[in-house]
Amino acid sequence: MIRLWMLLGCVPFLHASVDFSKDVAPLLETRCQMCHGAKQQMSGLRLDQPDSALRVITPGSSAASKLIERVSSSKPGFRMPPVGAPLTEKEVATLKAWIDEGAKFPAAYNPGAAKLEHWSFLPIGHPAPPTVKNAAWVRNPIDAFILAKLESQGIAPSPEAPKLTLLRRVTLDLTGLPPTPEEVGAFLTDTRPDAYERVVDRLLQSRHYGERWARPWLDLAHYADSDGYEKDQVRPFAWRYRNWVINALNNDMPFTEFTIDQLAGDLLPHPTTAQLVATGFLRNTLTNREAGVDRAEARYEQLVNRVNTMSTTWLGLTVGCAQCHDHKYDPITNKEFYQFYAFFDAADETTIEAPLAGERERYEAALPHYLGQRGNILDYYNVPELQKEWENKLRFAIANPGKNLEWDFSITSMRAMVDGAEKLLKTDPSKRSPRDQRRLTDYFLSTPGPDIGHQPEIRDRLREAYGKIMALEAELPPLTLAMAMEPEPDYHGSITRIKGDYKAMGVPVQPGGLHILPPLPGNGKPTRLELAQSLVAPNNPLTPRVTVNRAWQELFGRGIVRTSEDFGTTGEKPSHPQLLDWLATRFIEDGWSMKKLHRLIVTSATYRQSSDTRPELLSKDPDNSLLARQTRLRLPAELIRDATLSASGLLDARIGGPSVMPPQPAGVAELGYGGSKWKESKGSDRYRRGLYIHFQRTTPYPQLINFDAPDSNVACSRRRASNTPLQSLNLLNDPVFFEAAQSLAARVLRARRGSFAERLDYAFDLTLGRKADAKERERLARYYDQQLGILDREGYTIAKLAPSDSGLDQRELAAWVGVSRVLLNLDEFITKE
Amino acid sequence: MTEREFRLIQTRRSFLTRGAGGIGMLALAELLQGSEGPPNPLAPKKPHFPARAKNVIFMFMEGGPSQMDLFDPKPGLAKWNGRPLPPSMTKGLQLAFIKPTAAVMASPRTFKPYGQSGIEFSDYIPHTASCADDICMVRSMYSEAFNHHPGQLLLMTGSTQFGRPTMGAWVTYGLGSESQNLPGFVVLSSGAGTSGGASNFMSGFLPSHYQGTMFRNSGDPILYLSNPGGVSNQTQRAGLDALRDLNQQRFEKTGDVEIASRIAAYELAFRMQMSAPELLDFSKESKQTLDMYGVGREPTNQFGTNCLLARRLVERGVRFVLMMHASWDDHTNLNKKLKRNCDISDQPAAALLKDLKRTGLLDSTLVIWGGEFGRTPMVEIRNTQDPENAGRDHHPLAYSMWVAGGGMKGGQVIGQTDELGLSIVEDKVHIHDLQATIMHCLGFDHERLTFRHMGRDYRLTDLGGSVVKKMLA
Repeated sequence: MIRLWMLLGCVPFLHASVDFSKDVAPLLETRCQMCHGAKQQMSGLRLDQPDSALRVITPGSSAASKLIERVSSSKPGFRMPPVGAPLTEKEVATLKAWIDEGAKFPAAYNPGAAKLEHWSFLPIGHPAPPTVKNAAWVRNPIDAFILAKLESQGIAPSPEAPKLTLLRRVTLDLTGLPPTPEEVGAFLTDTRPDAYERVVDRLLQSRHYGERWARPWLDLAHYADSDGYEKDQVRPFAWRYRNWVINALNNDMPFTEFTIDQLAGDLLPHPTTAQLVATGFLRNTLTNREAGVDRAEARYEQLVNRVNTMSTTWLGLTVGCAQCHDHKYDPITNKEFYQFYAFFDAADETTIEAPLAGERERYEAALPHYLGQRGNILDYYNVPELQKEWENKLRFAIANPGKNLEWDFSITSMRAMVDGAEKLLKTDPSKRSPRDQRRLTDYFLSTPGPDIGHQPEIRDRLREAYGKIMALEAELPPLTLAMAMEPEPDYHGSITRIKGDYKAMGVPVQPGGLHILPPLPGNGKPTRLELAQSLVAPNNPLTPRVTVNRAWQELFGRGIVRTSEDFGTTGEKPSHPQLLDWLATRFIEDGWSMKKLHRLIVTSATYRQSSDTRPELLSKDPDNSLLARQTRLRLPAELIRDATLSASGLLDARIGGPSVMPPQPAGVAELGYGGSKWKESKGSDRYRRGLYIHFQRTTPYPQLINFDAPDSNVACSRRRASNTPLQSLNLLNDPVFFEAAQSLAARVLRARRGSFAERLDYAFDLTLGRKADAKERERLARYYDQQLGILDREGYTIAKLAPSDSGLDQRELAAWVGVSRVLLNLDEFITKE
Repeated sequence: MTEREFRLIQTRRSFLTRGAGGIGMLALAELLQGSEGPPNPLAPKKPHFPARAKNVIFMFMEGGPSQMDLFDPKPGLAKWNGRPLPPSMTKGLQLAFIKPTAAVMASPRTFKPYGQSGIEFSDYIPHTASCADDICMVRSMYSEAFNHHPGQLLLMTGSTQFGRPTMGAWVTYGLGSESQNLPGFVVLSSGAGTSGGASNFMSGFLPSHYQGTMFRNSGDPILYLSNPGGVSNQTQRAGLDALRDLNQQRFEKTGDVEIASRIAAYELAFRMQMSAPELLDFSKESKQTLDMYGVGREPTNQFGTNCLLARRLVERGVRFVLMMHASWDDHTNLNKKLKRNCDISDQPAAALLKDLKRTGLLDSTLVIWGGEFGRTPMVEIRNTQDPENAGRDHHPLAYSMWVAGGGMKGGQVIGQTDELGLSIVEDKVHIHDLQATIMHCLGFDHERLTFRHMGRDYRLTDLGGSVVKKMLA
């Protein structure tokens, strides 16, 4: 209600009675009690206890109440609360009215206890779908929940969207690509009553389904192809994890398994390579390789990031606040944060051999020859002896910091650049894995340290050796690696930090859970595996709700809980709590199948409604939370690219594999430290889907950023859909999009040799999946003629717009490039209606 | 404004558009003209109280310029030159690369006082020195971050964590933009890449309208600004007219106000395309002006061009100009590298101050010069056999920055460091304090300009910061 008042711009008239629990308690709890409540009592004041509160409240007289004086003051430093926005006039008026009425606290007022009863921490209910008047509208139980609420407000749902709108919507939602003209034609002629359901089943079987649904999951994992921070080195095998996600989704892996593999695949008995690759989820944290960085700080930040990512992804909780202090709003203590932290502190990063099909055989066949040659080169240049000396100096520098500046610097750089450097140096060479030993030798050859640095002759010889080794390496058949996690064998416990300062050690802590959740299994010594299992246990009240809510968010543009990242007390409440619980229960009953969940939602009448706005609903439901219609949503960055490439016929629809680097303007990648890491992809790799674009954290691909792809530094639970002039420039002028317009024009002219109108039909099929109406035809025909006129006047531009080798009329083609640009820039084209 | 309020405005906008008798051309025309707020999130907004500064030019000197070779003379170092300091003086000192036991290096520079104020500057920066009476020199800056990227994040976003909005984004969010044809927050760069890259001008969790727009040094000044090959301005305009009409028709059918915003965005994009050439055209600048900035001659050309562009951007209503120059990270070869950066930037930076003063813009334009930290009094020699190689390490505990114009009081020095420049002995100014003071000059109570994200209100100054009253005019 309050929102509506604000919307209408008028102050609500306060009736004689203020509702304490609805109006006053939330205000006291969110704005006052974090400092004057159960946790903290600044100035000894508690506003959660009537006796204490009376120190600043004079019942019956707001004018005499110090509380009102402080909250309505304009003097910074005196005004309460001291941080955040001052209370609004309405809020102050509410408090005044409550005090003037006698400042009555309900007898059972106990805000601390209320938090445990917060809706999302309570067990998931099993509500029966409500009965509705218009039972004919209901296609599945989802609709009963939605319709019941609409009927209670006297609102009718919207009619079903036109057939072709629906086809484009569901095709985009399930595969991320627009329907092809053939799919449009087939659907139009299919008159069977279940034609739509058949389309849904076809799309769920498409291998593009995994690509479409991988992206929001990768947003949560904050996947990227580089380390981040200053050096921002490329992670050449990060894509293995992305592939795993796509495959898991395509195979409809139950969400339970999906969860356990990613958080604890390495702890499963005899894990498969795929299960180890899945732990790459935890490897998407940034790595700071700046040489001066304190390794302890870098690790601390990574562990904190893992805790936060896990909490946001599965629990929908912002536990990050508890990194520094007990959570002020949610019942999560500082200690509990570090109990979560301890799970990840007990793990280490590792790089595993994860060969693709056929790689292992070829690699192993070639390995003996490689090792023989390698040994010869190393011996010839006397490397083993030099390396031994170098290692000794490094070990000495580690043990005696401050003795020698140059060696100190060497060891600092090495810690940053060689993963697990110190551990590696301390391991006896005979006990190192062959791969580790080679890694260390290669580093030595490339960075031989100060002593050799001062002896140019030896330095140059080592450089020569390095060159030969690298050349030899290039001939070795590849054995693809993957980033994974492994348990730390020597783990004994962790230590909390004070105020989130990595240097300020608190108290010892062991892995453990949150008191608001069911207790963890594991005899008091739970591991990451038990943590993962507990997240997807049927009695976990959060994970199923959070997960079904995200699916809903993807399909309707907003979750049943709008703040999909925050199910805590500061998050918004569900618009349809019973529906959320029903979906969560159904999800569990359906074996945590994502595909079944998606099928259920997209076959509902609710999903199939038209997205046109209805003026009469603007005052009743301005942000469409009741879902009396669908919502028009701008496509995410990657899908705008995909739709453009698909319509133009350029798309290379291959699934999976390493990241690609499509053309981008010179100067973009150079902005980062150490210059460009962008090596433009060749051939059809330039036309792969947006999901596969290499994500360089400090200099991301501009089109992704322009269209609100997240920066991939922390978990992102929902994207923004902004609307900026840079987006317009991007779609109008980026050579990638211009090439698509040229290609679309040629495609249309080749496929349809007839009239302009006939060609326009085909262009509409390709881009919007529908027929043009009379006004659109008229306007585009007018533009086409105008464009021909411009071309005739300018003359010289035709050759630049239309390639001469197309075998088509160049003048027509040039004008059609203009028409194609208009179509590909239409708001409707980049929108799911 | 919280995200919720932001949404409400959007919603109200749609209500107003359609509430008044359906989806009218009239409402759309109004949106396109940007006449009545609040549809345009970049429309000019009033700050909390009357402001001295309307615009900001931040000359961000990436890497940590050496304050004791430029701004903070330390004759006391001579006594210790070549010798380590006693442990009692360096207790608890944490440095990035060197150990506190490293030898002291006295500055080889000579200093002298300038102007009526008599502020001392080194012989490497005579031009900046000639503006002494307009400069408020802060010799007591400090930060907690002793590595580049975290340091830059702290300076730009108030937090060493990745993902917060940058200063330019906060200012544009708070004040909007006066320009109808250009972005509100513009970024210029010179030299090498910076550690922070785009994170120095990202909008973080603020809406992306507030993100800095990079003006590039080669190719299009704004990414994708020029028409693709063969697309003349006439073709572009004719295509945009058709696009607008078709979008308008869809707007009428669906009633989705986002379409109106998209039409407006395309129109602004076109205006940017049309006005950028004028912005970049220096032909109307006098030869004297170009010479003063060092445009057209080395080594000042790039930095001078950016300084002149900064003035022209501010003249055209751009709110926040971030100039990034990299890098001053002189771990080695300090003397030579520092001279090089000074030769590049000293004259143009001074020219900008003088030009702003001449045109009367300095009163309303806040100019900031400085990096994420300073450098140590101790030497860093990575190659012990080559003493010429000497440099200095990162030093966040006591360093210098300067500000001018926009409500700051020139001709004064704030704060003092000890005789070795190791720590601050008077008027410590934390990065958050500087940020609070900048926001104050722009008319904001830094604690009240907030944005709600992940369940709490965030602000530029994180949890700290107080206005440094001494700095204000």
